[in-house]
Amino acid sequence: MTAQNISDMLRARFGDAVTGGKLEGVPDPWITVAPLRLREVCTLLRDDPAAAFDVLMCLSGMDYGGGKLGVVYHIDSTTQRHKIVLKADVTAADPRVASVESVWKTANWHEREAFDLFGIVFEGHPDLRRILMPDDWEGFPLRKDYRVPEFYNGMKVPY
Amino acid sequence: MEETMTQSPAAPATVAGFARALKTEEMVISMGPQHPSTHGVLRLELVVDGEVVVDVIPHIGYLHRCFEKHCEHMTNYQQVIPYADRMDYVAAMSNEFGFVVAAEKLLKITVPERVEYIRVIMAEFSRIVSHLIAIGTYGMDIGAFTPFLYCMRDRERVLDIFEETCGARLLYNYMWVGGLSHDVRPNFAEKVKDFCRYFRPKIKELNDLLSYNKIFIKRTANVGVLPAAVALNYAVSGPVLRGSGVQWDLRKNDPYSVYPKLDFEIPVGKGLKGTVGDCWDRYMVRVHEMEQSVNIIEQAVDKLPSGDIAAAIPKRIRPDAGDIYVRTETPKGELGYYIVADGTASPFRVKVKSPCFVNLSALPAMSRGAMIADIVAILGSIDIVLGEVDR
Repeated sequence: MTAQNISDMLRARFGDAVTGGKLEGVPDPWITVAPLRLREVCTLLRDDPAAAFDVLMCLSGMDYGGGKLGVVYHIDSTTQRHKIVLKADVTAADPRVASVESVWKTANWHEREAFDLFGIVFEGHPDLRRILMPDDWEGFPLRKDYRVPEFYNGMKVPY
Repeated sequence: MEETMTQSPAAPATVAGFARALKTEEMVISMGPQHPSTHGVLRLELVVDGEVVVDVIPHIGYLHRCFEKHCEHMTNYQQVIPYADRMDYVAAMSNEFGFVVAAEKLLKITVPERVEYIRVIMAEFSRIVSHLIAIGTYGMDIGAFTPFLYCMRDRERVLDIFEETCGARLLYNYMWVGGLSHDVRPNFAEKVKDFCRYFRPKIKELNDLLSYNKIFIKRTANVGVLPAAVALNYAVSGPVLRGSGVQWDLRKNDPYSVYPKLDFEIPVGKGLKGTVGDCWDRYMVRVHEMEQSVNIIEQAVDKLPSGDIAAAIPKRIRPDAGDIYVRTETPKGELGYYIVADGTASPFRVKVKSPCFVNLSALPAMSRGAMIADIVAILGSIDIVLGEVDR
């Protein structure tokens, strides 16, 4: 399927859950999806025999600056040999995205990482806690407005 | 005597009944962070019922050093490369390879064929080095000390070639965006062929010593079975995925560089000693991959064209705004770089999809129901490098 086919299929099935995208003129075409409807969109993309996206290659948290956050999903089909990128945009004030852990198990750790470093909350994740940073760390280090704390448990942080 | 028996009301009459009546409870054992078989600083929280592992909860992050944050603060794409080296530090060439391919695609530049061939030779050498360490330490995990020394001996030969080429033995900063830091030495082809001639019989020696050793097979076959469907759902890659019988290798399935011009096979697990997707299969895929890497290196050295390795190195690296995801096949699996450029000289965001991170996340799926001693065998068969897991 081409990116256009996939976009048409999602629009026909989910209507306003598809909010935009860029399908031509970029190396990896992307479709923008409403953050809280990602699970149903991804379930269809995995189970539909023509789409058959069986592998979530990469899940990246994003901070575009100015309080705009996002999640980028790179998905791949090993049987149909096509790829697509899904993007979901959220704000720092309401960083809620539907978890796709039940669709692809690999999302479990990736989502924990995005939560850990960006503070994006994945609704429906079974075990959403920090993964790379210590459990009691404050703040989300990969946000653009992050300031390194001076002390962590009495230890000086900047070196 | 008779009196006590009548006094206990629920006295079971059968052996199974006695077993049920025993008071059992699950216990949590912490394995690591300083445990030799965790290959670095990894802590596993094992929930055990006697000797049987009910669940494994990996705790990672002990080596987290903000690779992605550092990338954003670099003033130049070229400066990221030494950091990329330090992720999977036993196969640093492969990490560089992925990053430079991604940066070049973002810049829309093509590099001379000579550069591509040298990069492929180096990447395959680093696959051999990485697999030698994986195999050697795996043998040691299971209790075979000798193969480790043999593997280290052969690894030295490759490191000598690296050292002669770029001066470094472990962390190279050799592949640059658009080219290489140094051309190879005049006697390079000869040295490489010498190594290939030397190394082929050593693989057979390794097989005799370890792969087909009866004790080794007993410890690894039918242990930690990962079915293909589960493997894909966890998006594991590299030898872990191929060990489950899935013929998937990015060098063939999503080709980059000059791999389409080279002839090689993708070894997969066949369940020769047990079940498809067990530890032995994952191990054996690595052994066969070393043979294939030697084939690739020999072909690439024969085809190595002449040319200027610095011809395509850009004076200024300032890609147009846009994003790209590039994945390459490192010894551990699919290493992906998601780079977002904003039109300035430093990357806006670099996300690394680390194969070890993803492969490790499938550890609980492989380990449930195994014995405690098998955890060591299963973890070793995944072949993780914590530098890459934690980044």
